[in-house]
Amino acid sequence: MTWEVVIGIETHAQLATQSKIFSGASTAFGAEPNAQTSLIDLAMPGVLPVVNREAVGCAIRFGLAVGSKIDQHSIFARKNYFYPDLPKGYQISQFENPVVVGGQIVLQLGQGDDLVEKVVNLTRAHMEEDAGKSLHEDFQGRTGVDLNRAGTPLLEIVTEPEMRSSAEAVAYARALHSLVRWIGICDGNMQEGSFRCDANVSVRKPGQPFGTRREIKNLNSFRFMQQAIDYEVQWQINELEEGRAIQQATVLFDPDTGETRAMRSKEDAQDYRYFPDPDLLPIAISDEWIDRVRGEMPELPQAMRERFQALGLSAYDAAAVTASLEIARYYESALKVAGNAQAKVAANWIMGDFSARLNREGLDIEAAPVTPEQLGGLIARIADQTISNAIGKKVFDALWQGQGKSADEIIEAQGLKQITDTGAIEALVDEVLAANPGNVAEFKAGKEKALNALVGQIMKAAKGKANPQQVNDLLKKKLS
Amino acid sequence: MAFTPEDVQRLAKLARIELGSEQISATLGHLDNIFGMIADLRQVNTEGIAPMAHACDVAQRLRADAVTEGSVAQRDRCLALAPEAEAGLFLVPKVIE
Repeated sequence: MTWEVVIGIETHAQLATQSKIFSGASTAFGAEPNAQTSLIDLAMPGVLPVVNREAVGCAIRFGLAVGSKIDQHSIFARKNYFYPDLPKGYQISQFENPVVVGGQIVLQLGQGDDLVEKVVNLTRAHMEEDAGKSLHEDFQGRTGVDLNRAGTPLLEIVTEPEMRSSAEAVAYARALHSLVRWIGICDGNMQEGSFRCDANVSVRKPGQPFGTRREIKNLNSFRFMQQAIDYEVQWQINELEEGRAIQQATVLFDPDTGETRAMRSKEDAQDYRYFPDPDLLPIAISDEWIDRVRGEMPELPQAMRERFQALGLSAYDAAAVTASLEIARYYESALKVAGNAQAKVAANWIMGDFSARLNREGLDIEAAPVTPEQLGGLIARIADQTISNAIGKKVFDALWQGQGKSADEIIEAQGLKQITDTGAIEALVDEVLAANPGNVAEFKAGKEKALNALVGQIMKAAKGKANPQQVNDLLKKKLS
Repeated sequence: MAFTPEDVQRLAKLARIELGSEQISATLGHLDNIFGMIADLRQVNTEGIAPMAHACDVAQRLRADAVTEGSVAQRDRCLALAPEAEAGLFLVPKVIE
């Protein structure tokens, strides 16, 4: 009997606020060490934390986006542990009454027509402060402490143990990553640690109770997540099959070796002795506040995907054009100009030539030299047969290089309008047939390929502007 | 419930407090007293009353999201208070997980 993999994920998403969750120090990345610390972050005696309204707003926004219950009487707790990266001796977190309870993330698995959706249920999401950074390398027998990060607002998002493979875990992490950026609560920058995942992994025989789990900490790339889980699963299966029990542990992934390795276990099992923080009162979240946040929310990816599918996109294409809010907005603006009938064509352009060009030049979609209106205009001209698809690519290139303000302008200026006049095309066909008797004879002798050569000659004579369908039809008529 | 010296020792360890044997027996007495009072409170019928998270029955005041603090100058004043500092960092005895 095979083993079943069970994965639950905890994600720390850094909330996109200017200042910290309990102090007025900046959260910007990359400052001089400790230059972004307040007396509160340094745990000076006699100071009191004051909650950042925007951090709570971000948490509400997330809760609404995933269909959670918002706890309107949420409380902060102290999580006690001693480590110099949090000089208070505790982290302010939430234990009872987290702000976000329940909720769901819908993720897509597979490619093309094999795409399936899976719902992952969330247990909760709670607000907490981040810790500082310890630097162990540079000082003889000493650890350097930089508290710039301490007090940065985080939302810790916890799933039920519902994922059954590393692929599902990665798909979940990607869907969550896309969503938090979509609703603007987190910049999603994984290199800077704004979005990091812990994976709780265990294996069991199907139908049996959950196995003992090990937690892989601080996965900051999707690729590492996949590698780490795959390694961990295989390790656990080997252990069990050789008759050894799994000990609950926290492990780290080493990207250099591709292995997970247990951190030295502490003498005492973790005992955080949570209790309500007496420095902080309950957070009252009114119905009006929730309604206001709901009103400011952009249309969510799931709703947008359904709308695009109704226009004729496959589930896969709809997922592709809603991979981020920027792509979705671009697509929608292009479609507004091109017309809804071009939904599929516009998706192909954006996922094809447009994305390829962005990738090649290392540009973000916001920096694309072709506006969605320009691309929409180009698609419309292909749709109404003003230009062929092949010429369309030429016009796209011209737009990219800034040779004109619109597809129409470029078509006009460069004389790219498609020749649809049957008389003109017929003259070209006759000309080419007369000049290439060899190809004609080959075709008549049954060589289909000879037809392509003739079409090529005609398109060349027409500088690519003849309507390909008309050329084909006329050619076949004349050769039959 | 009655505390044992082992309970007190464990709590002291978790709280990173060093207690001598005399202090342990004194603390044991204090804790037993406190839990005696809690036992009295538990006699009160609180059915249907939502537990409070704080002694004050008011909601937390919230602040606007604005940067109002933090600078190299303030950092340097704070670093000057630390037993050891270097390169803008607080230095502490080496901790390796």
